[in-house]
Amino acid sequence: MLTTFASFLSQLAQTLLVVLIAPLMVGWVSQCRAWLQNRSGPGLLQPYRVLFKLFEKDALLAHNASAVFRSAPYIQFGCMVLAASVVPIIETNLLFAPAADVIALVGVFALARVFSALAAMDVGTSFGTLGARREMLVASLSEPALLMVFFTPLLIVQSSSLNVIVDTLAHREFAIYPSLAFAAVAFIMVLLAENARIPIDNPATHLELTMIHEALILEYSGRHLALIEWANAIKFTTYCAIGIALFVPWGIAGAGAWQTLPAAIVVLAVKLGLIGIGLAVLETVSAKMRIFRAPEFLGMAYMLAALGMLTLLLLGA
Amino acid sequence: MAMSAQLINLMAALMLLIAFAMLAQRRILSLIYLFAWQGVVLAVNSVIVAWYTGHNELYLSAFFTVLLKVIALPMVLHYLIRKLDIKWDVETLINIPATMLTGIVLVVFAFNLALPISQLAGTITRGTLGIAIAVVLLAFLMMITRRKAVPQVIGFLAMENGLFFAATSATYGMPMVVELGILLDVMVGILILGIFFFQVREAFDSLDLKHMEKLKESGE
Repeated sequence: MLTTFASFLSQLAQTLLVVLIAPLMVGWVSQCRAWLQNRSGPGLLQPYRVLFKLFEKDALLAHNASAVFRSAPYIQFGCMVLAASVVPIIETNLLFAPAADVIALVGVFALARVFSALAAMDVGTSFGTLGARREMLVASLSEPALLMVFFTPLLIVQSSSLNVIVDTLAHREFAIYPSLAFAAVAFIMVLLAENARIPIDNPATHLELTMIHEALILEYSGRHLALIEWANAIKFTTYCAIGIALFVPWGIAGAGAWQTLPAAIVVLAVKLGLIGIGLAVLETVSAKMRIFRAPEFLGMAYMLAALGMLTLLLLGA
Repeated sequence: MAMSAQLINLMAALMLLIAFAMLAQRRILSLIYLFAWQGVVLAVNSVIVAWYTGHNELYLSAFFTVLLKVIALPMVLHYLIRKLDIKWDVETLINIPATMLTGIVLVVFAFNLALPISQLAGTITRGTLGIAIAVVLLAFLMMITRRKAVPQVIGFLAMENGLFFAATSATYGMPMVVELGILLDVMVGILILGIFFFQVREAFDSLDLKHMEKLKESGE
């Protein structure tokens, strides 16, 4: 009873933590980008201000908007919170962890994406449809790559539960796994594609020729838009958390190891900070590619992940 | 697993990664850099194997690898593309994602081919034989899918790297005489091919090898 309560508390704390720091993470990346481009930047708290502003405003709806359009933001937000709650970030003792393993996690992301595409097509504007088609093009290629990335750590640990993966990988003795390095590179490529970042998409653009993600949410306003933006921030942070959990899990506290929790939180902050800097550098040095280059980019990610699995099978490392 | 075995595995994985990167690369200049990096990985691998097994002649072969494949050949290739003024994007016969998928199939094939051999071998490097064969096959694939002469030559050199890697992983390197002979052959080959490039361009105004097809005898 007590342990269930403890894991419930830790679950609640971790989910809240991810949901609350997600805008901060987005703000951190854009701040780093601004610094790299010699701009002063909007400040770390800008995403919170934007969310607050949007929640204050009225939500406008198109005349022909159906229930799908209205409910999609809530579904997306719910999906992302669920995804965030199954990824261990500071402690592996999660109550919800048996609810979804890594493969189901991909499904949760897919559910959110399907609804965002449906909602974009619902109002019937050409931009929405265009965005939905592009989003689906990217998604149909990034999803198999993401699954392939997951298979390598899955084969090493022989379990598909993120809790078990983190527990095993974080507490084994140090060994070089070239296969994990391949998977990590592939994962970074998928992360860039799935979170609408350069080189696949530029979240700051409103140029109709190039936008993918912005085209999807063009019709939204007020609290709906706020929820979608927030959900995307959570998605981004969750992806970072998955990356940490799979490839650099050192420092995440084991179940019931309360005394290591403060250290785990510090380590998490450092890791997220470094990821933010790394992504900002990556996005600054690379240019956005043509949308028809996206299949090649994601094909490369898939190939790297497959290669990782092959090296694991052959070298056993 | 011992640390040295892990390092050797890491080097093997890097070899494979570079081989794939070469397959995906569109620019000749980057291809040359990748080739040089492959030489570096090869040399480091030789040093690790030499250090672990005590085969001292492998140090020498690592030294020659650095000298020839990391410094000399990339310089010659640089000189060639500067003289020929070719920095254009490489045209491929098949598009790159399809080439990559073929590459993965080749890797699976190579791994299967090497599995029975490496099970019999007792060397520390036995796991990497499959990767060595895969690197050779991938270089082959690169030669097949490229239309221009220079990338084909780089493919040929990468294939030689793969063979060298295979020799190191299967039997801790070839006898020194053979190795020196091969290195000399490669060096001379590059010089001859370099002269050849100029001749080809003179004759056809292009380095596209499809022009050579009209050289064949007309069947009567």
